[in-house]
Amino acid sequence: MRVKKHPILEEDTRVPDAIIIVDGKEIPAKEGEPIAAALLAAGIRKFRYTAKEGKPRGIFCGIGRCTDCTMTVDGQPNVRTCVTPVRNGMIVETQKGLGRWSDEQ
Amino acid sequence: MKKTQTAIIGAGPAGLAAAIEVAKAGGKVTLIDENGRPGGQLFKQIHKFFGSREHRAGTRGFNIGQQLLKETEDLGVEVLLDSPVYGLFPDNIISYLHQGKEQGLQAEKIIIATGATENPLAFPGITLPGVMGAGAAQTMINVNRVLPGKKILMIGSGNVGLIVSYQLMQAGAEVVALIEGAPQIGGYGVHAAKIRRAGVPIYVSHTVKKVIGSNEVEGAEIVALDNKWQMIPGTEQVLDVDTVCIAVGLTPLTELAWMMGCEFTFVPTLGGHVPKHNRDMQTTLSDVYIAGDISGVEEASTAMEEGRLAGIACSESLGLYSPEKAAELKRDVWNRMDTLRTGSFGEKRRDAKESLIKQSIGGLA
Ligand SMILES: Cc1cc2nc3c(=O)[nH]c(=O)nc-3n(C[C@H](O)[C@H](O)[C@H](O)COP(=O)(O)OP(=O)(O)OC[C@H]3O[C@@H](n4cnc5c(N)ncnc54)[C@H](O)[C@@H]3O)c2cc1C
Ligand code: FES
Repeated sequence: MRVKKHPILEEDTRVPDAIIIVDGKEIPAKEGEPIAAALLAAGIRKFRYTAKEGKPRGIFCGIGRCTDCTMTVDGQPNVRTCVTPVRNGMIVETQKGLGRWSDEQ
Repeated sequence: MKKTQTAIIGAGPAGLAAAIEVAKAGGKVTLIDENGRPGGQLFKQIHKFFGSREHRAGTRGFNIGQQLLKETEDLGVEVLLDSPVYGLFPDNIISYLHQGKEQGLQAEKIIIATGATENPLAFPGITLPGVMGAGAAQTMINVNRVLPGKKILMIGSGNVGLIVSYQLMQAGAEVVALIEGAPQIGGYGVHAAKIRRAGVPIYVSHTVKKVIGSNEVEGAEIVALDNKWQMIPGTEQVLDVDTVCIAVGLTPLTELAWMMGCEFTFVPTLGGHVPKHNRDMQTTLSDVYIAGDISGVEEASTAMEEGRLAGIACSESLGLYSPEKAAELKRDVWNRMDTLRTGSFGEKRRDAKESLIKQSIGGLA
């Protein structure tokens, strides 16, 4: 859910101006916001599954330190979505385990 | 290789204040940060600051951030963004990444102001999506303007726990409860009173027994603690929450100082291992200074003062200030810092800092 009106901060008037494709589904996003923010706004909280036990993970630190939020972005695995800005048309995939490069066989 | 006079790593309140001081003294500064925008944690701090007028008390963190950015711009500080520093090497060589490429920079003096990172807490369910640092939630609501959840359990009643609880409510979430393991609230009474008035129950001597959910947070079980911090069977309650925020302290981000070879000491009150430093914020390596949370976790206001100190001392060692002028400027900063470090919380930190400085001077002699 997006926080538009706020008692202290100015009203957030920016509307989504980009689309990212998350596991094949189009999600509205704002160019330049962290990918994780667009996902949370769309109600998505599970970003990847761990290698050994297949357990889900989402954001933890939100500032690029812990690597819990990593996903495969435009074919590159292990991208920290909490600090990687959205670009229109980005392809974001829930990552399984350590991930794979899109050009790997 | 690119050269600069003073390189500052981290553009949070400490790094920005340091950059401003060195530039004001006429030095050439390169400020490096891994984020796309300078400010560190300041832009998420939307509460009013405490202290006196010189500390810009009553001003909100993000406004202070904007003022600092304007000053650095007016003074012509070179700012390298999107540039994580991954190594410091002999001869003051700084390696960083920019647009996927490795870059090198050599500096006469280095000020490390990398801040701190949030501590986790071990309990069953901590890895479930929906459990996060309180600072992560704060970043999401105040900077990115998205809610990470609707019904929140906050763990920890220090200032970050209290402030972020209030800010989550301002952003439209419900804070179901705030729990604290110790028998008393950790942070300032005014912050606690604010969230109590808003109807949030604060349970002291309580901890989280487990977070419930198969794939994400669906609830949390809390339990009372006795005076030996043991769970009291039969006191469990299940709370209907979808998000659990952890605010149990911060640890200084010290990797670069370790790598450089600075000597360390362990001070629990300041967040753990911190580089030894003197009253000039100089480490055991004469060209390397530190400022802000890396030198002991405090607040943005003290981080700025420490940044100023490091900046003035660094300018002095570069010959940009006479020892007399530098002494006068440093005295002003120390006076302001001493007033910031008053009250029951401030005094504890002041004592810890003072013994750290004494120890370090011993080590430097
Ligand atoms: C998420 C979070 C929320 C907080 N909220 C509050 C609050 O509400 N109230 C409060 O009083 N205190 C809060 N704090 C404490 C806060 O740390 C201080 O208030 C203050 O911001 C410290 O200033 P600093 O300049 O030392 O560090 P920071 O503000 O953290 O700035 C450090 C900067 O260095 C950058 N950096 C780190 N490592 C590298 C590297 N290797 N290469 C390049 N750049 C790097 C970081 O990205 C950051 O921009 C919070 C801390 C965190 C982590
Ligand atoms: S949430 Fe920790 S790195 Fe992104």
